[in-house]
Amino acid sequence: MYETLSKFAQTWGLGLFVLMFVVAVVYALWPSNKSKFQAAAYVPLDEGEPGDE
Amino acid sequence: MGVHAWMFLGLVVVGLLALALWAGSLNGRDPFDQTVYEDTIVKFGVAISMFWGIAGFLVGLIIALQLAFPNIFYFEQLGWTNFGRLRPLHTSAVIFAFGGNVLIATSFYVVQRTCRTRLAGGMWPWFVFWGYNLFIAIAGTGYLMGVTQSKEYAEPEWYADLWLTIVWVAYLLVFLGTIWKRKEPHIYVANWFYLSFIVTIAMLHIVNNLTLPVSLTGSKSYQLFGGVQDALTQWWYGHNAVGFFLTTGFLAIMYYFIPKRVNRPVYSYRLSIVHFWSLIFIYIWAGPHHLHYTALPQWAQTLGMTFSVMLWMPSWGGMINGVMTLSGAWDRLRTDPVVRMMVVALAFYGMSTFEGPLMSVRAVNALSHYTEWGIAHVHSGSMGWVGFISFGALYCATQWLWKRPSLYSLKLVEWHFWLATIGILFYIVAMYFAGILEGLMWRAYNEYGFLEYSFVETVEAKHISYMIRALGGSLYLTGALIMAYNLVRTALGHGAAAEGARPANAPAAATLQPAE
Repeated sequence: MYETLSKFAQTWGLGLFVLMFVVAVVYALWPSNKSKFQAAAYVPLDEGEPGDE
Repeated sequence: MGVHAWMFLGLVVVGLLALALWAGSLNGRDPFDQTVYEDTIVKFGVAISMFWGIAGFLVGLIIALQLAFPNIFYFEQLGWTNFGRLRPLHTSAVIFAFGGNVLIATSFYVVQRTCRTRLAGGMWPWFVFWGYNLFIAIAGTGYLMGVTQSKEYAEPEWYADLWLTIVWVAYLLVFLGTIWKRKEPHIYVANWFYLSFIVTIAMLHIVNNLTLPVSLTGSKSYQLFGGVQDALTQWWYGHNAVGFFLTTGFLAIMYYFIPKRVNRPVYSYRLSIVHFWSLIFIYIWAGPHHLHYTALPQWAQTLGMTFSVMLWMPSWGGMINGVMTLSGAWDRLRTDPVVRMMVVALAFYGMSTFEGPLMSVRAVNALSHYTEWGIAHVHSGSMGWVGFISFGALYCATQWLWKRPSLYSLKLVEWHFWLATIGILFYIVAMYFAGILEGLMWRAYNEYGFLEYSFVETVEAKHISYMIRALGGSLYLTGALIMAYNLVRTALGHGAAAEGARPANAPAAATLQPAE
């Protein structure tokens, strides 16, 4: 049990983490997300009232 | 536990009475008007954060004095003033009472404004607020009476833990409910950080507190895990309390309050996304670095060390993102001490997140572990990063919540800033010195292969450092007292905070604007 778990963590665990990191980076850099993220950066600046779109 | 049962019962009765009185005074007014933000609870949160902060710093100063002058500050007749009772009171007061209330208050402030909707759940946010502070009171009084399960940062016994679990689930639901009914389509990055803090703390708290009470009317309980499993669970919890309580929660503050204060968007929103996902997925594995040279399998120690070293990158990515948000507004560092405070917080964040990976390396840990170096490290992180970013957020929140044109006095913020900064420097320099000194003394051998120094010699050598540390702590506490005075006068609308007063840091009329 212990052997199996530690083997799994040291091999497939590593692969899974690299994959997740790649997904996050691709999502962040995906060209069509650019305008969405640029708008999001301004969210704290215009406070507005509840219900403002 | 009897004391706690009566305390709990008394507060429930008082709470129900207060609720009835409040409901009776409404006169048909809608208390949950959806067209305005719920700000009263944030005001309460700001006030209680300041109170707990001062209490926690004061207890810290007392225990620093107990270590420096054990003959003067040891009271034989008053067992509850013993160092062993007061030390967890200090750590819990500053982390959970001060830090926790800052996080709850600012998260309620930020989630409403970035989602453009009122806090969800009607009275439930108030349950979270009072329930959490009741947990603090039960935990703190428990330590003084000797009720503890002896787990670092998780000392409260089983009944306090169960209560906190209920409160925390309510907190999660209030936060999620507010995000659920948001009017802004995108969930702003600060909310992601707050959410990771709430979710992960729930998970850590439950797993690390799996205990079996001896009886339902007694305070004592026993851990489900034993030996190295218990140690690993504890430090998985302990390190992620640092990661998800003292880091991601306060990074959420950074991502809202710094852009808002300097009126600039986040330097790179894309970086903030990579920052978030890499930080949370790496942090969760770093805990085993607390267990070098123990019964924990070596590969698990190495794993903890490796992830700690990797953690350096997302930490610095986030720090750079925060500092660079000032691009085009660098003058605010000079004119606004509140901004300076938050940027110095980031500098301390950068420093301690560089030092942390270094200390997690097994060979370095062999020297640093169990010495005052660890104390220096956590205090540069807690007083510098967590303290300063919280102070910045509390200054901002007070000014904005009470709708004041400025703080009562920016001069006093300057005083606070310099007293606290010098206080931290005294503190950490003294502790680095003491830590490396005692680490080297512990491992010194003479020519016959015997230990060169006895333990008490290392204690004697640290005496001067202990006195300097207490001096640093007293400066830090003085700064916080000045801050509390400033916040009260700001809320009351005195001085520069008066209606119609010219903001103290606004340029005088008709100054020339620098060319773009």
